[in-house]
Amino acid sequence: MNALRSLPILMLGALLSLPAAAANYAALPGGLFTSVMPADGKAAPVTIEPFQLRTEPVTNAEFLAFVQTHPQWRRDRVAGIFADGRYLSHWAAADVLGSEAQPSQPVTQISWFAAQAYCESEQARLPSWYEWEYAAAADDHRADARNDPAWRERVLAWYGRPSNTPLPAIGGAADVHGVSDLNGLVWEWVGDFNALLVGVDSRDQDGADKLKFCGAGALTMQQKENYASLMRVAMLSALKASDTTSSMGFRCARSH
Amino acid sequence: MKHLLMLLCLVFFAGQVFARAPLPGDSVYQLEVRLTDQDGHDWPWAARRGHVQVVSMFYTSCTMVCPMVVDTMKLTAKALDESARGRLDLLLVSFDPARDSVAALREYADRRKLNAPPWTLARAESQDARQLAALLGLQYRQLPDGDFNHSSELILLDADGRILARSDVMGRLDPDFVQAVRKALAAK
Repeated sequence: MNALRSLPILMLGALLSLPAAAANYAALPGGLFTSVMPADGKAAPVTIEPFQLRTEPVTNAEFLAFVQTHPQWRRDRVAGIFADGRYLSHWAAADVLGSEAQPSQPVTQISWFAAQAYCESEQARLPSWYEWEYAAAADDHRADARNDPAWRERVLAWYGRPSNTPLPAIGGAADVHGVSDLNGLVWEWVGDFNALLVGVDSRDQDGADKLKFCGAGALTMQQKENYASLMRVAMLSALKASDTTSSMGFRCARSH
Repeated sequence: MKHLLMLLCLVFFAGQVFARAPLPGDSVYQLEVRLTDQDGHDWPWAARRGHVQVVSMFYTSCTMVCPMVVDTMKLTAKALDESARGRLDLLLVSFDPARDSVAALREYADRRKLNAPPWTLARAESQDARQLAALLGLQYRQLPDGDFNHSSELILLDADGRILARSDVMGRLDPDFVQAVRKALAAK
């Protein structure tokens, strides 16, 4: 009798715990792009091949489904070299989201290794920094809205938001490519986060930096007015691959 | 015969112990990537387990800091007494798979007199090289002209693949790092 009465609840539970429908990817045309990180360290634009980008960051619900099928990524089983002690620490348990982690919020407290493994499970990879920066330059009617002061202000406003505000859910308005929530939700991992080589003080181009960063030295960042992108670069280049933070999530990409 | 039997038992026992010891969670050998060395042998990264070694990443066409990375590894090994030196492995992994073929690695090893053992020069596919660099905390970036920007550091691994020490002192000895190497070899 009890079992019968709880049947609808069980069914609801089953529905909620179903793996999320296949993630949506939008096709982006790519092309020549002027990055805050010039390809040659000076001014050269970069060429971005056409690629596909996940329309939304990966959510708590999606990552929960992933750890259920890939238990080596549960927070109680993950190898310490791949994720720090705070990995998925906002979840109620290793396989329970709980009240601090809503299913449709972007998953955070995620290491680069965990993000990589998740994307592989979607036959995808993490986007490169250039792909991410290029995608995030769009608004609802332009592929590159970065020269619009109003756009810049809107993007920057997010960075002023106190970090203890709960994360919004995904589902923001789609941009011209059909991608949502690149700006204003979470920081996002990129595949080549350890290729950004920004010196501790990028004004120091001589002496110690020359040795630490063989080649052209630490990169000079361009477009000083584009603080938002510069902050992303600074944040990413300061992280280790096993680091997790309460505002760092990810989305995946695919080559065409 | 008796000796042979004892030897067999010993080998069997040692093999069992080795196979059973679980890999520590903070071991770099948790990562599954494959490397190919200057002799064309292909092996999993975790096959390096069991050796104390100094590791770094480089590319053979580099003319700036990389020769110094190699020199600093040489200096570090030279600072050890002979018996310790014989037990230290030196590994350089290229982050330039497009140009660093097995032949290029071999040619570089010959030119710089990096003989195996203790030297291993290896290449990995670009995705694997990126993961390995992330694991070791190294940074690199390819420039349009084919050169690389990269960080230069020596990393000391214990026999189980735990990172014991690192040094970004290049071109001269880092006494603290040498001390860490000595300690690691004594502990083994």
